[in-house]
Amino acid sequence: ANSVDKNARPLSLSGHVGFDSLPHQLVNKSTCQGFCFNILCIGETGIGKSTLMDTLFNTNFENFESSHFEPKVKLRAQTYDLQESNVRLKLTIVNTVGFGDQMNKQESYQHVVDYIDTQFESYLQEELKIKRSLHNYHDSRIHACLYFIAPSGHSLKSLDLVTMKKLDSKVNIIPVIAKADTISKSELHKFKIKIMSELVSNGVQIYQFPTDDETVSKINTAMNGILPFAVVGSSEEVKIGNKMVKARQYPWGVVQVENENHCDFVKLREMLICVNMEDLREQTHTRHYELYRRCKLEEMGFTDTNPESKPVSLQETYEAKRHEFLGDLQRREEEMRQMFVQRVKEKETELKEAERELQGKFEQLKRLHSEEKSKLDEKRRSLEDEINTFSKKKAAAELLQGQSFNTNANLKKDKDRKK
Amino acid sequence: HVDTAEVNPSHSNMSAPPHPQPPAKGASHAAGDFSYVGIDAILEQMRRKAMKQGFELNIMIVGQSGLGKSTLMNTLFKSKVSRKSVVSTPEERIPKTIEIKSISHDIEEKGVRMKLTVIDTPGFGDHINNENCWQPIMKFINDQYEQYLQEEINIDRKKRIPDSRVHCCMYFIPPTGHCLRPLDVEFMSRLSKVVNIVPVIAKADTLTLEERDFFKQTIREELRANGIDVYPQKEFDEDSDDRMINDKIREMIPFAVVGSNQEYQVNGKRLLGRKTKWGTIEVENIAHCEFAHLRDLLIRTHMQNIKDITSSIHYEVYRVRRLNETNGQPNAQPPNTLDSNIKYIMIHT
Repeated sequence: ANSVDKNARPLSLSGHVGFDSLPHQLVNKSTCQGFCFNILCIGETGIGKSTLMDTLFNTNFENFESSHFEPKVKLRAQTYDLQESNVRLKLTIVNTVGFGDQMNKQESYQHVVDYIDTQFESYLQEELKIKRSLHNYHDSRIHACLYFIAPSGHSLKSLDLVTMKKLDSKVNIIPVIAKADTISKSELHKFKIKIMSELVSNGVQIYQFPTDDETVSKINTAMNGILPFAVVGSSEEVKIGNKMVKARQYPWGVVQVENENHCDFVKLREMLICVNMEDLREQTHTRHYELYRRCKLEEMGFTDTNPESKPVSLQETYEAKRHEFLGDLQRREEEMRQMFVQRVKEKETELKEAERELQGKFEQLKRLHSEEKSKLDEKRRSLEDEINTFSKKKAAAELLQGQSFNTNANLKKDKDRKK
Repeated sequence: HVDTAEVNPSHSNMSAPPHPQPPAKGASHAAGDFSYVGIDAILEQMRRKAMKQGFELNIMIVGQSGLGKSTLMNTLFKSKVSRKSVVSTPEERIPKTIEIKSISHDIEEKGVRMKLTVIDTPGFGDHINNENCWQPIMKFINDQYEQYLQEEINIDRKKRIPDSRVHCCMYFIPPTGHCLRPLDVEFMSRLSKVVNIVPVIAKADTLTLEERDFFKQTIREELRANGIDVYPQKEFDEDSDDRMINDKIREMIPFAVVGSNQEYQVNGKRLLGRKTKWGTIEVENIAHCEFAHLRDLLIRTHMQNIKDITSSIHYEVYRVRRLNETNGQPNAQPPNTLDSNIKYIMIHT
C-alpha cells in the first residue's frame, strides 16, 4: 500500500544539519555551466541600438552600419562569450535591420514575431524529443526586448504601438527612449508620461520589474516609475576632471553616459543586468514560453482531458512529424537527383556538340590541307614538266651546239686539210 | 557539459576587462568605475531566487527492520523526521507485504527552506520468502517518474512541477562483516539502474575497525563484480576535478554508520552518541564511525548533484523508455479518437 502524506509538517531542527549550503551548491553548478542571455533590440536604423549594446556591456561588438534601403525587416543575431570574475555569459544580441525604413510598414512586426516564435519552437522541439539534452541546449529564446523609441518628444509612433502590442505576450518588453540627449529635462518628463499613458490606454503590457522580493522590491518599484529609460550610448571617452568617462562631446557641453543626472543609462544597466537578469530569464521560461507551448499544442489538437493517451499523442505527433520530415527529405533528395541527372545530360550534349564541332573543323582543315596539297602537287608536276621540257631543250640545244661546234671543227679540219 | 577551464568561442570571443569591483547588493556601484558591467550579479540573483523557492529532497530508506534506519534519519536531520516518530503505532508489527510510506517535513536552516520527504519501506527483507521484494519499491520509484512525466507533458502545466521523484535511496546493509547477501545484490543491482543508491553499513558499532575495513572492501569488490553502480557513479563524473573528489568517496563507500537521538556528556561537551558499558560511541566523531562523512556527502556537498543526476539522467532514461514503449505497439489504440485526427492534421499541414 502506498501512502503519501501531502501535508508537510513544519519541524524544527535541534542542531546544524548543513543543508544551508544548498543555494551555494546550486549556484556553483550554474557557474560551471555558464549562463545564457539573449537581448532583442528593436528600433529604427540609426537610432543607436548597437552603440547602446556596446556601452552596456563595455565591449566593442562587431557592428555593421545598415543601409536604409532594406526591402524587408531582417533580424541579425550575434553571439558572444563574455566573462566577468568567475561568471561566464553567453550573450546573444539580436538587432532588427531596416525596421521602420520601408514605405509600407505593415509587415514590419511580423518578422520579429516570427523570429521570437522560431526560438520558442526550437526549444519546444528539443523538449519534445525522445532523447533530449536540455541542460546542454543553447537557449536562444529572447529574454529581454529593448524597444527603442525615437526621441520625438511628442508621442509614440503608430508603428511602435502596433509592434509592442504584438510582442507584449511573447517577450519581456523594456521600452527605452533613444538618443535622449536631444530632449530637454522638462520635455523628457512630459514625453515619458505621454508614452506610458499611451501604452496603458492601448493595453500594452510591458515588463514590470518584480516587487515581491523584499530585497529588491524598493528599487524595482522606484524603477518601474521611471520607465521608459532615457538612454544615451557612447563608445568614446572624454576626459572629465582627471578621469576618462564615456561621453558625447558637443560644442555646448559633454553628455556623460554614466551620470545619472544626464540620462538613465546606469538605471537601465542596473535593472537589466545587475538586479533582474535572472527574473527576465525566468519570466521568459515560465510565462512567455509556456504560453507559446500551450497555444502550439492546442493548435495541434491536443487537450489535457485524457491522461492515458498523452504520451501516446505526443509520441504519435513526433512520429507523424518525423515521417513527414523524412518524406520531405526524400522528395528533395529525389529532386536534387533529377536535377543532377538533368545537368549531366545537358553537359553531355554540350560536350558532344563541342566534339562534333571540333570534328567538323578538323575535317574542314583536313580537306583544305589536302586541297592545298593536291594544288601543290600539281604545281610541282607542272614544274617538273617544265623542268623536263627545259632540260630536254637544254640537252637538245647543247647537242646542237656540240654538233655545230663539231661541224665547225670538222670544217676547220677540212679547211686545214684542203690547204 | 561545459568544461570549466575552457570557453568555447562562438561568433566572437570578447571578454569584459578584468577586475570588476564586487557588487553592492542591489545598490549602484561606484560611479567612476566604468569597466564593471555587473554580469556576476546574476549569482546573487540566483541565490535569492533559490532561497525564495525553497528546495525539495526525497530520500528513501530501505533495509530490514531493526537496522536503525529511522534513528539514522533522525540523526541526519537532527529532528524527528522518520515515520515512526510521527505516526505512533501501538505495536511494532512487520506488515505482510512491503509497504511504502512517505512523510514530509518543512525544515529551515539559516533562511534556506526545504521540504524533506522520507520514504520508508517497512517489510522489506523481513519475510521468509523475500523474492521480488524489490518490485513494489521499483514500482513506487517509477510511479514518481510517471507522475512527473504526466505533469510535464500537460498542455497547461504548473509553473513549478512538484518533484516527488526519489533522489536518493539509502540501502542498509546489516553488519555481518562477511559479504553481501543475495538479497542485497539483487536489490542494488536492479535499483541502481533507476535511482541513486547510497549503501550504508548499519549499526557499525558492532564491527572493529579491521573488520569494518575488510567488510567494506569485500562489499566494494562484490559491487564491482556484479556491475552495480552506486552513487557517485563513475560515468556521471563531469570533469577531472569531479572525478578526483568522487574517486575519494568511492574509496570510502559504503559508509559505516551509527545513529543516535541521545546526547551524552563527553569531555565536557554534549554529543550525540550511544553509551555502553565499555565506552561511549560518538556519532559525529570520524574516528568512531563514518556518519559525518555520510552527512557531508548527502547534505553538505553533493545534495544538488544527487538531485541533478535524478532529474537529468534517471528521469530522462525513464522518459525515453516510456515514450518509446508505445512505439512498438501498433495495435495499441488510444481510447481517444482525436489522435487519429491529429495524425491526419499533421500529415496534411
